[in-house]
Amino acid sequence: METSIYTVVAFYGLALTILGAATLVVFARNIVHSVLFLALTFIAMAGLFLTLDADFIAAVQVLVYAGAVCIMVVFGIMLIQRADMKATNLFNRQLFTGGGVVALVVALCAVFAGRTAWAEMVAAEAVPEGTVQFIGALLMSKYVIPFEVAALLLLVALIGAIVLARDEEVKADAGD
Amino acid sequence: MLENLFVGVADWLRSLLGGLGTPVEINEAIVMLVKLVAILVFILLNAAWLVYMERKVAAYMQARIGPNRVGPKGLLQPFADVGKLICKEIVIPRKADIVVFLLAPVLIFVPTVMVFAVIPFGKNMAAIDMNIGVFYLLAITSLSTLFLWMGGWASNSKYSLIGSMRVVAQMVSYELPLVLGLLGVIMIVGSLRMSDIIAAQEHVWFIFTQPIAFLIYFTAAVAETNRCPFDLVEGESEIISGPYTEYAGMAFAMFFMAEYANIMVICAMATIMFLGGWHAPFGLDFIPSWIWFFLKMYALIFIVMQLRWTYPRIRVDQLMGFGWKVLVPLALANIFITGVGMKIYQAIGW
Repeated sequence: METSIYTVVAFYGLALTILGAATLVVFARNIVHSVLFLALTFIAMAGLFLTLDADFIAAVQVLVYAGAVCIMVVFGIMLIQRADMKATNLFNRQLFTGGGVVALVVALCAVFAGRTAWAEMVAAEAVPEGTVQFIGALLMSKYVIPFEVAALLLLVALIGAIVLARDEEVKADAGD
Repeated sequence: MLENLFVGVADWLRSLLGGLGTPVEINEAIVMLVKLVAILVFILLNAAWLVYMERKVAAYMQARIGPNRVGPKGLLQPFADVGKLICKEIVIPRKADIVVFLLAPVLIFVPTVMVFAVIPFGKNMAAIDMNIGVFYLLAITSLSTLFLWMGGWASNSKYSLIGSMRVVAQMVSYELPLVLGLLGVIMIVGSLRMSDIIAAQEHVWFIFTQPIAFLIYFTAAVAETNRCPFDLVEGESEIISGPYTEYAGMAFAMFFMAEYANIMVICAMATIMFLGGWHAPFGLDFIPSWIWFFLKMYALIFIVMQLRWTYPRIRVDQLMGFGWKVLVPLALANIFITGVGMKIYQAIGW
């Protein structure tokens, strides 16, 4: 890992962008703005991966999260359009439930952060330039079962989507 | 001399800066900045002249003359157009989401410019030779969907909304066959680095070993740039101008130029992946590598323009059906056959 002054400056800049944009995702009243801030959060996180020399993961972050997940949210927004977009991302009154969940998440993160031996996780030797081959080899050997399970899950989701879409079509035909 | 023209300029700049006694880091940063600015100027000039080329090609195909008044053969027409567009007012609709509305035309150029940083225009002529070059390009270009949608949504008009829905649906659908088409080549090369892919085509271009992949890629790429016959997004006769309907003046011009810059990206990409990049065919090495690259790229751009004036626009349902039921299965079959073929090839041990 690099610890030059540029990396430190980049880290704090990116961290501020991520926190600011993520806060705005929650507090923006217009859900369209929320999505755009979400995309900004994802892109800034890709930047964080870049400072760790993980360029492949950074590209995946941009492609999958900023390029695909945000677009999926966009699909959702366009399908449930409201007349007034200014009040689409509102707050509810469940203050205590929400506070409890947040406290639990923060506590969990704190516990795991405290139990991780950070000093041992910093790689002693330089990061290899091409990580794609290693990631590919690991996915097909050591992590082949999680990989296949994820593939199966995606297949199920795909088939489920097709079934749902078909059902609509049949109903529409029956209604004619 | 001509072969190493641009590499020579970079070296000259480096030695010039080295004489000034500034730190090496700053010198490299300046050289990189000069490279990127040169690419930026190149893109903008090209985008302007590609509009001229489009009009000339259209005129040629319709037995007209085309723009011929401004400058010799009308060559200065793009500058007259740009001058006119700069002078025009950028009309903002009353119900538009102003910030998003104005951000979209600014951001639309960002992915395109970022992508050009990794494209090798000639031997040793990539600004950055990234080890995940192809993947970087695909990741960055996937962002332009979001920016087009921003423009269409923020306009708050019916036509823009329908246009932006079409943008999202079309670009997401066609990204899949595009990536799957490229996978065949990447499997053979075993690397995502652009220079490795070009080096692998020194003897045989991949258009001959992967012809189906080339056709899939090119079709999907034309759809990705929203060009005819896949220009449903703009579909003048149906939805006026799609996401750009409410834009006027330079804001519209930004979208328009981004479209042409994107055509350059896909054609440059096709050149790199399938047409041997900057390699000279038939051993015609005396012509510099970057001239070969541009010849191939502009030939492809000409084909893209010719397509527009040759084929009618397809329907929305045909578009989705064609993408998902024809291109995607074909691309998957191509990957399968490539994998089997590679193993057989290894087993025979040629």
